[in-house]
Parts: sequence; structure tokens; C-alpha cells
Amino acid sequence: MIQSDKKLPDLPPPRRSDGAFGWIRANLFSSVTNTLLTLLAVYLLYIGLVPLIQWAFIDASWVGETRDDCAVGGACWVFIKTRLNQFVYGFYPEELYWRVNWVFILFGVLITLLIAEKTPYKKWIVIFTLTVFPIITFYLVYGGAFGLEVVETHKWGGLMLTLILAVVGIVAALPFGILLALGRRSTMPVIKTFCTLFIEIWRGVPLITVLFMASVMLPLFIPEEIVFDKLVRALIGIVMFQSAYMAEVVRGGLQAIPKGQYEAASALGLSYWKMMGLIILPQALKLMIPGIVNTFIALFKDTSLVLVIGLLDLLAIVQAGLADAKWAGYSVEGYVFVGLVFWVFCFGMSRYSQALEKKLDTGHKS
Amino acid sequence: MPSKKKDLAKGRTAFWNDPEKRSMLYQIIMLVILIICGAYIISNTLHNLDSRGIKTGFDFLWSEAGFGINQSLIEYDESHSYGRTFFVGLLNTILVASLGILLATILGFTIGIARLSNNWLIAKISAVYIETFRNIPLLLQIFFWYFAVLRPLPRPKQSIELFDVFFLNNRGLAMPAPNILEGFGWVLLVFALSLIVVIGVKRWAKNRQDTTGKGFPIISVSLAIMLGLPALTYLFVGSPIDWEVPTLRGFNYRGGITVIPELLALLLALSVYTAAFIAEIVRSGILSINKGQTEASFALGLSRPKMLKLVIIPQAMRVIIPPLTSQFLNLVKNSSLATAIGYPDLVSVFAGTTLNQTGQAIEVIAMTMAVYLTLSLLISLFMNWYNKRIALVER
Repeated sequence: MIQSDKKLPDLPPPRRSDGAFGWIRANLFSSVTNTLLTLLAVYLLYIGLVPLIQWAFIDASWVGETRDDCAVGGACWVFIKTRLNQFVYGFYPEELYWRVNWVFILFGVLITLLIAEKTPYKKWIVIFTLTVFPIITFYLVYGGAFGLEVVETHKWGGLMLTLILAVVGIVAALPFGILLALGRRSTMPVIKTFCTLFIEIWRGVPLITVLFMASVMLPLFIPEEIVFDKLVRALIGIVMFQSAYMAEVVRGGLQAIPKGQYEAASALGLSYWKMMGLIILPQALKLMIPGIVNTFIALFKDTSLVLVIGLLDLLAIVQAGLADAKWAGYSVEGYVFVGLVFWVFCFGMSRYSQALEKKLDTGHKS
Repeated sequence: MPSKKKDLAKGRTAFWNDPEKRSMLYQIIMLVILIICGAYIISNTLHNLDSRGIKTGFDFLWSEAGFGINQSLIEYDESHSYGRTFFVGLLNTILVASLGILLATILGFTIGIARLSNNWLIAKISAVYIETFRNIPLLLQIFFWYFAVLRPLPRPKQSIELFDVFFLNNRGLAMPAPNILEGFGWVLLVFALSLIVVIGVKRWAKNRQDTTGKGFPIISVSLAIMLGLPALTYLFVGSPIDWEVPTLRGFNYRGGITVIPELLALLLALSVYTAAFIAEIVRSGILSINKGQTEASFALGLSRPKMLKLVIIPQAMRVIIPPLTSQFLNLVKNSSLATAIGYPDLVSVFAGTTLNQTGQAIEVIAMTMAVYLTLSLLISLFMNWYNKRIALVER
């Protein structure tokens, strides 16, 4: 080894890895490929976003009444503005909007109370939401009692109908789903076979055929004297379909409960229904909430399919509005509006279910 | 006295307290309810059909359909039977579903991997893509592509041209069609032979690696054999494919293949929508691999691509396959939304026009549902088989 007592020159300090420059270097330009990718992405964003912002905000027309008020080249939000009431309430009589509004407000308050973590008497609020609230909603929206005028279902539409279909679908599907899931895990062969077949058949076919079936075949199955409303028929189809999906969510929740809980409950001498109602389901339902929210998101998006059997949900009513010669050619604005509404709802719900999953995840799996 | 004791024990338990007998009773009650419901529905249906003058049975399948279909993979015109409309619709469904699965898988894997890129911008763009497209209803996306993008395209005369052979207009996408000439059989033959050679090479390479530990660049060599040899033969026998380029005649393009805008819109929407879900599956699959695996493979001196290929992806695939299967199933089922824009798939043609013309609701809906059930079953059987093949073999 050669030794020297000469002092070596100082090494330059290492490159900074903190601060804005350090961050940019580490995250955007760490290698040649990364640099190229960044440049490509910036270029694509530039050619995509700039015209979009120009169209949606800078050149857009916001005020006015007719299509003549819209500037050429920009988005025509006037179309959305003038039709907004129809998009929210459908053909519901204008002087009765307050009834729907009260339902919206009540629904919003209940949901906020349920989501908030430290609400007192949460159990009672859940029971109220699942039992009393639907009755109030029915009489407020449909009428027919307490001196409220009846509003036929064919006048319902828009966002209101979308919400009704989705909420009724999920709430009504929950009890059926629980029964089907219990049946599928049962040891009795007849009940098990029936439940498994029911679940797998509905899960194997598209919702659109179920809706067709509900609208074409259902009237054949019942005596001629009984005539179902179109909305009720669609709801029957949706609930059948949804309860199969719900059953699978419930089954997942049931499977997550350790076997010891079942054994302990049996050892205490509880009957099957007591064991399920007092020990298993209260624990399992808590675990199922993220799954239920996820199926709700899927159902919420799928309600747009009722358009094929002639119900006017949010998408269908915008589509119908586009067919109006007065507003022909503004389809992009219409679709962007509907997309935005759906997106806000679905994104919010999926964030909520993710947060819940994180909260429920105890880190140890049994 | 044992018999008396037994009697006593028997007498003490009423039969409804005996779980076995009780479950028998429940099942009998269930069966009776099911039979009564079934009988009620059947009698109502028969009565209703009778009063509407509809004959049950599948005879209608052989009568003349009398309506046209704008895309058919088999020969079809108005004079063919209703039964044939079933197959036309079925083939169209299979066409759009298989193309959709292919595109969605490619796009989904790309975006899922991009989501994990260490390039911040790329990762964020992928995240925005995923969150945007999976939170918007598929039907809306189909409408968007069809009514807002493809329908307002210029007429054939002002088509958007790509490389002078692709023409995009409001009638669809016209592209060149291959005409197979004499001598193409040789190319196919060489291709088949090269496949056999590749299998041989692969065996030899595996054997060599097992015995000596020396690797062999199997993928690049097989690609070279599989593509190179047929390409050489193709040139040698004098290019036996004649590309028929569509040309503008009158008001429309003639010749070549025209992809109708309905198919294009459906395909775009289905693959963009499903890709968002697949990307999330791929991301969570890759993230589920323990960090120790990455560290261990670096410690062994594997390069990053080798680590991905040999360590990460084989393990991630196990997590990815089951949810991927259900996405494929969803795509097949979602392809039935075609009916909303008039792409002639099974639901649109058979459960739509045929049902309306014949009124045979029960037969038609039952056949349609049976098809989707069978398709679902086939896909899940295949994926289960594949899943079992790559599943962890514990020693």
C-alpha cells in the first residue's frame, strides 16, 4: 500500500436531495427514461388540457336563455342552466318541488349523522333511516295521504329518480341478501341449493336482461288484474339482481368472523337465530360496510340502465333534452354535466369506503 | 331394560326439538312453497299467454325474420330465420367482448404499472385516469363516444386520413382488408414448423438451465424464429397477401373492412372503463408482494427487469387472477349495453328486435340469459384452471 501524508482535495458536497429542486430531480428526472417520460407527459397534458380549459371556462357562455346566447367555440352551460330543474326533478310539478327538497334535506342530514363518528344514539338513527325514513319519503314524494296531492311515478325523473332507484335498491336488497347468504351457508341441502342457484343465476346475467325481464316477463307471471307500475317493475328487477350481489358481500362478512364466535354462541345454548342476531351479524355487518358501499356505487352507476326500459333517470332525461331541436349539438355539455354529477357521488362514496376499510383494518387477520 | 330407557329418552324429545327432523321439516316446507309459487307463476303465464294469443314453443325460430342487421359475421339478410338472428347477435357479442377483453387487459396493465412508476407525473396521471373513468357510468361513456365523438365526425368525403389507408368518418373506420392469394399456405406451414422448433428450443434451454445453470435468451430467440422464418417465406413466395385499400366511390368508401361506429364506440367505452378497474387490480397485486421479496432479489444481484419477470410478476399474478376474472365477466355482461346505441349484439338483436316482432318473451329472454350464464361459466372455468396452474404449490 502506498501511503502519503499529503492532504487530498476536499470532495464536492453531495447533490442536494431536499427542497424543490431535489424533489423534482428525484421524482421527475431521475434517469434518461424518466426525463423522456416526463417531457412526453407534459407535452400531452399541454395539448390536452389547454384546449379543454379554453373550452370549458374561458370561451364558455354562462348567462342567457336560449342557444343564441352561446358563443361559438366554447361550452354552452346555458343549456344546463335552463334545464337544471328538469335534470333534478324530472317532470315533477314545479309547485311541489318543496316535497322532494324536504326528502333531500332529511336524507342529507341522516347521512351526515351516520357518517360522523361520534353521533349519539347511532343505532336508533340507523333504525330510523331503514324503517321510518322510507315511509316518510314515500308519502312526501308520491303523496296520497295527509292531504298531499298524488304525483304519478311517470312524472318522476332526473337525479331524484336515480337516487330513489339506487337507495331503494340497496335498502330493500339488504334483508334479502342476508337471508340468501345465511341460506347459502346453511347445512340443509334444499335451502343451500336454492340459495346458491338464485345467487349464481342473477350474478351471471347482465342487469339489462334483468330489466328486460322485469318489464316484459313480469306482467306474464302475475294475474292480469294486477297491473304494476313501470317503476315498481324496474325496482323488483333491481332488488332481485342486487340481493344476489348483496348476499355475496354478506357471505364475505360472515366468513370473516372467527369460528370461535359460532362455537361459543352454540355452547351458551343460543338458538340459530339468536346466535346470528345477537353475536354474528352485529360483528359481521360492521365489516360489511365497505363492501356494501362498493356495491352501492356499482348500483348507483347501473341505475342509468333503466333508460332502456323507458324510465327517465338523470342520464335519460339529459339524453332526451339533447334530442330537443332547440339544443341540438350540445351533447358534450350534457354528458360532461351528467358525468360530473355521477363522479362526485361515486368518488365521495369510494373515498368513504376506503377510509372505513383503513379504520376497520386492525392489522391482524384471523 | 335398555329398550325402555331408549323409549323414555325418545319420549322426552319432541320431534321439533330434534335438529335433524326439524331441518327435514324446514326443507319440506321450503320445497312446498317453491312448488306452489312455481305452479302459480306457470298457471298465470299460460293463462296470460293464452289470452294474448301467443303460442309457446320454439317454432318461431324457423320463421322468416324480415329485418336487416347492419353488422354480421355470418351470411345474413332479411330472408333468414329468427334462429339465425340469434347466432348473428351471439357472434357480435363474442366479437366485441373478446376484442374488449384484449384491449382492456393491455391498457389496464399498462396503467396499473404506470400508477406505480417512480415518475411522479406519470403516477399521478394514471391515478387521475383510474379515478375518473371508474366513477362514471359505463352507459354515459358509451353515449359520449357514440353521440359526442363518433357521430359528429365529418362525412366520408372529408374523412380523417391516417397513413392514406385508414379513413375515419361518421360511417365508421374504413381500413385495408387482406386478400389471401395462392402460396400463403407455405407461410402457414413454415409458421407451424417454427412453432415446433421453438418448443424444442425451449425444452433444450430449460434442460440446460436445470443441469448447468446457464440461462438462454429464450424469448428473443423464439420471437426471431417465429416471426423471422415466416416473414422470409412470405417474401420468398412473392408476398401472397394483397391489401385491399378502401377507396372513396360516390358517397362512401368501398372495399376493405369498415368498422361500424357503434362497434368502435362500444369497444372504446368498454375497454377504457374496464381498464380502470384492471389497473387498480394490477396495482394492488404488485403492492401485495412483500417488500422482502424485492430486497432479496436485489441481494441476489438480479437486475430490475429480471426481478420483475422472475420474482414479482409470478407472485403478483396469483393475487391478480381472481379479481381479473370477475372484471372479464363484467365486461362480457356490460357488452349488452350495446343495445342502447344499436350495436347488433345478442340483447339488441335477439332480445330486442326479435322479441318485439314475435312477442315470445319467455323463450327469448330465457335463451339470452342462458347464453350469458354459459359465457360466464366458461370464462370462470378457464380462469379457475389457469389460477390452479399458477397457484402456490406448498411443499
